[in-house]
Amino acid sequence: MRNILVICRKELGSYFVSPIAYILLGLFGVIFGYMFWTSLGRFLAYSMEAQMSGSSYPMNLNEQLVRPFLYNIAVILGVFAIPLITMRLFAEEKRSGTIELLATSPIRDMEIVIGKWIAAVMLYACLLLLTAINFIFVFRYGHPDWKPLVVAYLGLLLQAGGLLALGTFISTLTKNQIVAAAVTFGICLLLWIIGWVEYETAAWAHVLSYFSVVNHIESFLRGVLDSKDIIFYATVIFIGLFLTARSMESLRWRS
Amino acid sequence: MISVKDLTKRYARTTAVDHISFDVAKGQIVGFLGPNGAGKTTTMRMLTCFLPPSAGSATVAGFDVLEQPLEVKKRIGYLPETPPLYPEMETVEYLKFVGKLKGLSGPELQKRVDYSCERCAITDVKTKLLGKLSKGYRQRVGLAQAIIHNPDVLILDEPTAGLDPKQINETRDLIKSLAGSHTIILSTHILPEVEQTCEQVVIINKGKLVATDSVRNLQARARGAESVVLEVAGRNGNLEPNAVQAKLAALAGVSQVLCKQQVDSRAVFQVESEKGRLVRGDLARAVVESGWDLNELRPAAMSLEEIFLQLTKSEMPAEKAQAQGAQP
Repeated sequence: MRNILVICRKELGSYFVSPIAYILLGLFGVIFGYMFWTSLGRFLAYSMEAQMSGSSYPMNLNEQLVRPFLYNIAVILGVFAIPLITMRLFAEEKRSGTIELLATSPIRDMEIVIGKWIAAVMLYACLLLLTAINFIFVFRYGHPDWKPLVVAYLGLLLQAGGLLALGTFISTLTKNQIVAAAVTFGICLLLWIIGWVEYETAAWAHVLSYFSVVNHIESFLRGVLDSKDIIFYATVIFIGLFLTARSMESLRWRS
Repeated sequence: MISVKDLTKRYARTTAVDHISFDVAKGQIVGFLGPNGAGKTTTMRMLTCFLPPSAGSATVAGFDVLEQPLEVKKRIGYLPETPPLYPEMETVEYLKFVGKLKGLSGPELQKRVDYSCERCAITDVKTKLLGKLSKGYRQRVGLAQAIIHNPDVLILDEPTAGLDPKQINETRDLIKSLAGSHTIILSTHILPEVEQTCEQVVIINKGKLVATDSVRNLQARARGAESVVLEVAGRNGNLEPNAVQAKLAALAGVSQVLCKQQVDSRAVFQVESEKGRLVRGDLARAVVESGWDLNELRPAAMSLEEIFLQLTKSEMPAEKAQAQGAQP
């Protein structure tokens, strides 16, 4: 446990000493700020229109503003931020030779892997926190339900945990950060669009869309805690970390 | 302290380390000598539990590298060929991180960090970024990292590579001063380094053990006290080297005669004699009395370089060389 913390603190330190954390936070802060601003504007325009035409159906903040925005976070951060966070975790250590220091220290491979993964999850949590700032305005001027929001963020964190574990694994396979980022990006994108076969009713399509990481987030975004989705993400996290540890071990046999 | 037995490392197509065995006693400095690509780094990586051996065993402080790697790692300080530094960290921050990895904490950690900085003369770069340090400082921070947890065994992979002469001397002195309290294995392909710093030498080539001996014995060989080179020529233009060899070998006190080279009617022999026997006069007389000319007779002043080159020549079988190594 202590070793995990040591590794995790070192990784977080590296994130925040190098520009990567600030670039990610700055960039996505602006992007999501703009996104929220435009969707808020659209929401207001629609509600104005609805009032003018005398629609009896009231607008719902949670359904029509909060949820689409959260869905965008899930997709955009899940596809674009994950590779940038995980690419250096192991690739950099392999390139500079510091992996030899870690591997010859009296700590277990799994402790190294989990420590690095937790640091990645924490950086992602910072990004999520940044997106949450936008909701301050919603709470200030409206009365959305806060409980689904908490569940949604839990889901976002779980989704990220799974993808970050996969990204960590991919980072162990190469010395080149760019390669690690490209492959991770491809896989994250694939795990999103793989769910687009939903229109098919055949069994294989069901299987494929089951693997869609984004499909499993939908119930969270609606504020529903579904055990099958939690189990899905937990499984992805477990598989990712397990593969990473195995890959580190095989590194020793091959190098 | 370290015991290596039939250690072997095979890769898909090559055998990097082939049945190496040697022992290192507590407090010794052992030089691991061999040309580039001889398998020095691979052997060291196996000792530090970075690579698992394909066959054979190695124990460090009584713990097997395969069965109890965590116990071995606790007792080993390792400086790889390129110091494993994180460029974005400051020196003290880095040493603290490594100390924590090795299980230190609290005041003990602080004490060891200060001690290592002092010992490796890096106190003046304590708050500098590692990425901005010069090569010499990087190497010394690497060494400080290796001794941070006061390990029983230090394994240093080419600790002086890439340093300037002054830094090389400083690093050697530092390593020498660390002996006694630590058992040290250092690898190098520079011979004088071994002569200056080590007590014991392990020479390997192409993954095979060529010789293990004390530096003193190797130097005695280098002085050529017991070895003579002589050039013999036939008078009528032809010479039977085998006959000369037999004649010389029959002399009392001669233990071995090697025909080193033969050009036309001249041949060069190297004669090894038993310890304490001066056979030069007998050799000269035997040659002349047999009707051959004695062109040259000189003590074989073999430098350590020559021994090394001779030992690592590929055509020489390891067993023969090993036998020679054991018999100064």
